[in-house]
Amino acid sequence: MASNSSSAQQRLRIIAGHLQKRPEEENASVAAQECKAEAPRSEPSSATPVPRRRQEIMKWNGWGYSDSRFLFNKKGQAEFTGKRYRLSGLILPSLKDWFEGTFGANLQHRSPATPSLNLSAVAPPHLNQPFVEDLKAAGLSVSHDPEDRVFRAHGHCLHEVFALREGRIGRVPDVVVWPSCHNDVEKIVELACKHNVCLIPYGGGTSVSSALECPREETRSIVSLDTSQMNRILWIDEKNLTAHVEAGIIGQDLERQLNERGYCTGHEPDSMEFSSLGGWVATRASGMKKNIYGNIEDLVVHIKMVTPRGVIEKSCLGPRMSTGPDIHHFILGSEGTLGVVTEVTLKIRPVPEYQKYGSVVFPNFQQGVACLREVARQRCAPASIRLMDNEQFQFGHALKPQVSSIFTSFLDGLKKFYITKFKGFDPHHLCVATLLFEGDRGKVLQHEKQVYDIAAKFGGLAAGEDNGQRGYMLTFVIAYLRDLGMDYYVIGESFETSVPWDRVLDLCRNVKERIVRECKERGVQFPPLSTCRVTQTYDAGACVYFYFAFNYRGLSDPVHIYEQVEHAAREEILANGGSLSHHHGVGKLRKEWMKASVSGVGLGMLKSVKEYVDPQNIFGNGNLL
Amino acid sequence: MSADALGAEADGFFDMLEERRRSSDLSYAFRSFNPLPYRGATDISASTLNRMVLESQYLSYVIQEIMLESDEPREMLLEEASALLDEMSQNLQLGFIRLLGYAMNKVFKSVFSSIHVNEDGLTRLQQAIQEYPVILLPNHRSYMDFLVLSYIMFTYDLSIPVIAAGIPLMGMKLIGEIFRRSGAFFIRRAIGSDKLYWAVLSEYVRTIVRTGYAPLEFYIEGLRSRTLKSLTPKLGMLHMVLEPFFKGEVFDISLVPISISYERVLEESLLAHELLGVPKPKETTGALLKARTVLKENYGCMHVFFGNPVSVRDLVKGKINHRQYNLVPRDLPMKPSKEMQEFVSGLAHTIIRLQERNVVLSAWNLMAVVLLQNLQGIDLDLLTQKTLWLRRLAQRFGAHLRWPENVSDSEVMSSSVSLHHSVVRCEGGRVYLVEEEGPGPVTQEEGVFKQAAAVLMCASYRNQAVHVFTRPAMVAVAMTTAASHRTDDIFHNFTFLLELFSNEFVVIPGQAVQDFEEGCSLLQESGVIGRSDEEIYVKDNGQETIIFLRAILQPFIESYQVVFRYLCEESSQTLSEKMFSTNIRSFIMKLLISGEVQSYECLSSDLHKNVLSALLRMDAVTKTKV
Repeated sequence: MASNSSSAQQRLRIIAGHLQKRPEEENASVAAQECKAEAPRSEPSSATPVPRRRQEIMKWNGWGYSDSRFLFNKKGQAEFTGKRYRLSGLILPSLKDWFEGTFGANLQHRSPATPSLNLSAVAPPHLNQPFVEDLKAAGLSVSHDPEDRVFRAHGHCLHEVFALREGRIGRVPDVVVWPSCHNDVEKIVELACKHNVCLIPYGGGTSVSSALECPREETRSIVSLDTSQMNRILWIDEKNLTAHVEAGIIGQDLERQLNERGYCTGHEPDSMEFSSLGGWVATRASGMKKNIYGNIEDLVVHIKMVTPRGVIEKSCLGPRMSTGPDIHHFILGSEGTLGVVTEVTLKIRPVPEYQKYGSVVFPNFQQGVACLREVARQRCAPASIRLMDNEQFQFGHALKPQVSSIFTSFLDGLKKFYITKFKGFDPHHLCVATLLFEGDRGKVLQHEKQVYDIAAKFGGLAAGEDNGQRGYMLTFVIAYLRDLGMDYYVIGESFETSVPWDRVLDLCRNVKERIVRECKERGVQFPPLSTCRVTQTYDAGACVYFYFAFNYRGLSDPVHIYEQVEHAAREEILANGGSLSHHHGVGKLRKEWMKASVSGVGLGMLKSVKEYVDPQNIFGNGNLL
Repeated sequence: MSADALGAEADGFFDMLEERRRSSDLSYAFRSFNPLPYRGATDISASTLNRMVLESQYLSYVIQEIMLESDEPREMLLEEASALLDEMSQNLQLGFIRLLGYAMNKVFKSVFSSIHVNEDGLTRLQQAIQEYPVILLPNHRSYMDFLVLSYIMFTYDLSIPVIAAGIPLMGMKLIGEIFRRSGAFFIRRAIGSDKLYWAVLSEYVRTIVRTGYAPLEFYIEGLRSRTLKSLTPKLGMLHMVLEPFFKGEVFDISLVPISISYERVLEESLLAHELLGVPKPKETTGALLKARTVLKENYGCMHVFFGNPVSVRDLVKGKINHRQYNLVPRDLPMKPSKEMQEFVSGLAHTIIRLQERNVVLSAWNLMAVVLLQNLQGIDLDLLTQKTLWLRRLAQRFGAHLRWPENVSDSEVMSSSVSLHHSVVRCEGGRVYLVEEEGPGPVTQEEGVFKQAAAVLMCASYRNQAVHVFTRPAMVAVAMTTAASHRTDDIFHNFTFLLELFSNEFVVIPGQAVQDFEEGCSLLQESGVIGRSDEEIYVKDNGQETIIFLRAILQPFIESYQVVFRYLCEESSQTLSEKMFSTNIRSFIMKLLISGEVQSYECLSSDLHKNVLSALLRMDAVTKTKV
């Protein structure tokens, strides 16, 4: 044994060297990259703002760009089409096995979507003629084209997309209007009040709370107010590091344009390719890198919103004020019930010099959570730190692209051997934390060491930059993957919560278990995928994200079952001390729990604000209250 | 959470001793033992478990509280807690399970003719153990209970449970230590208001459940039943066990009611003497060795029924608002809310009802019911006839009877009589109760005492089956005492009986209507009574059954009456509890001698205790501390 130990150590050093790429080698390539977790577009210069006819570049019945989708090719291999993403054009050899194995799905059993929108299924618009005429007279761009209307009648909840795929179209807005500046919005709101129509603000359309659904009981003409054309950065104040931006701009455009000037907001929600600044404000969005830049409420300095009562805004750009309750907090999270956010002044930061991904493998989820808790206790969280459970770790692995050389695959084999055999990690229990460090180079390296040292105390092993980067990629492609699942009888969704540290483990276990048990009780034939990750750390708790999907073959009403299970999962979250939502918002999907969440008096307060600001219920999307 | 919903079980027993008799004790003890563990278990040692308790936030909160109240320094309290834990904690080791298994194998094979276990119950238990923390809840009729259970678990590759035991067991030299290493942990009897003890014990129990350390076994009745009748449940332990579920620390908990029944109980004569006020012998190793003679006897067959695991999560649905824990740290000591107390109490009673429902009865239990109505002796033929009649009635009432197959009825009777030679004897075709041997009665009192001992021994076997008859019998009594045939009147009297006897017979609180309906419909289905919209009447051919059922309750009614009489006539306004028990005994003794009271069961101290509890509950007497 003794004679072996030195050679074992040497081998260990060599293997460890393979596991962790040398930083020197990486610097150049990383520095050349854009400051972004995953560059959504490969060629920034070719980007154009969101067109009015979104359906020209985006799917009408699924997630994202029309040219980007997962499919199983003739050989049964998964591939991702298009050119936009790092994964685009690549073959993913292990996805099929994972997919079939996890869900009991079969490539022979297809459940394809209706190929195109059946225009006759769309009810004719219920127009308020005088209103439309006044809009046109004011020179505003208006449409009642069925495709435009259908596109704005939904977010990306499972039931919404599922219905579209089946060609079922419910109540859709009667008119779409595109303001191009704050004044246009003022005009529209004024006319809406005058003619008593219902306005539903529409930003990026990425809602997952049924917030964009037209209320069934609404009898007035419904007007979708699409903010996408209000997308300019109006000014950048380099002395105070703020930018004044129109609220319709989408995340990727905002970041790219700021990057061109050497700045960023650092606000990167997973939906940032499509979601809008106004939408972030209206839902209290949270970004992946909030540990450095803060959540949306920390980022805004000034908000301008048009309400039926007029414009609400503060009188100066002071960084903090004591002037009674902060009126921004009536606006943040108002979910389109009070008015339209038109312009926002945001904090900006210089683009960081250096960015580095990382990952740590833990023997089990408990150890991983304990490590994140310690990182939070020491307040040394990197820009992003996320902990995936074992199921998600395996999911991530299924998305590994085909390796180009035998050498790489040999290295992968060695890594696996090292972790599972040499270190004794059980492949069915180990889990991975993905890390993103940002800042000036020296500090990043120092910071990195600090975090890895903490991780080591909890049995964590550094597992390389690739694993980290792939983890973040997962969040951008997961929504595309759902569409692939739906082609093969698999439906799913994600939902989130925030919870005090000491309850994180219990909540994760109980919610996952509840999902499994509910599926079984409701006759789902195959065990569901029920997985979670801790995506944000705070001083007093964490944000937890669940993915839940199952094979619905043999079920007559899969969406209903899905909804029942999600409902039960939310009940479980609440019973375990979790919040109703960390950043997705309430919409109509989670309204029933609002009173219990904020107390009767709390709800009354919000209602009385609504009554004062919008007595006619012009902003009648029916969210939240 | 009605017990009915969970259903009675089909017969599917096998004799586990059969296989044991074919193999050697040693190879059995050294068999490979590979239980399928709880999938959520964290693999920890007994000492880690103790350390977790000592380092728990909960204990630190409690110590903080005690420090404020008592000025004792933290280190002292921690040391004290550590000592308590050392006294309390188990130290489960497979080696000792093997040792115990070896010994038990020898003993059980010699004292029992068979140990019947329901096979599907074992299968369900094996499944349950893997899924969630499991709590084993056996009824408690004999010292053998927990030994038999661990023996079964070891034999069938089920995780060995840790067992809450009374501290007197620990006091036995060597044996105490063997039990400790076989998974027993020891709880003091009178904990009272010792805050630190409660804290250590409850955190110990919670940690076992939370970590899925091992299945946890405890007697929900709290004590060994001296009367072999179910005792009303004790709630403290159940509260501790359930807390990790209520606080979301485990997804679910499976409660497994276990019904153990002995055709003949090892302690039968000790029990009767204890009830008559002869103190129970101290649990010492010496006494145990002396008791070896007991092991030379035959105790017939034994039944162990593992009930359906009950999911706490399913039962709690909608009854408890878990969010009450959301706004305070979960480790903070908190009094259980009212809704919680009610839930736990209802659950505990339900468990006992499930134990009763599944308990396997023998011909002997029914014979005892008949014998107690014929204390002067009964012709064997008549006894047979009545027992067979009662068998049909009991089966209609849902009793879980095991009647030997392929054996003539007369053989069943005679083998029962010979097995129970300590209770009955058959002479010239007549069956009599056996009185203890010894020098002829010197005084009248000694004579009464001997007769009472015989009756109480016989009564304990009736008690094993009494739950089958309580509800219909209470309806029968209520029908006799009610002012009219009106259902309302009868129900009124029924609820009175139910309340009065709720320390005597286990009833789920707040379910009087269901109990009444159950009693009535059993009688109706057996053709004993008829019902119209508003009335209940006895059918012509039902009179015999009604009388018989009333007679089952008669000893209880008479006992209660005589205690009332004593309290009204003899006692001054206040008396001490100790005085009460001695005075009442001599009061009843006199009445028995004079013939004013017939039932020897009136002498049972258990009854006296229950009467007092009932009167206290019904505000007829009050209790003050002196």
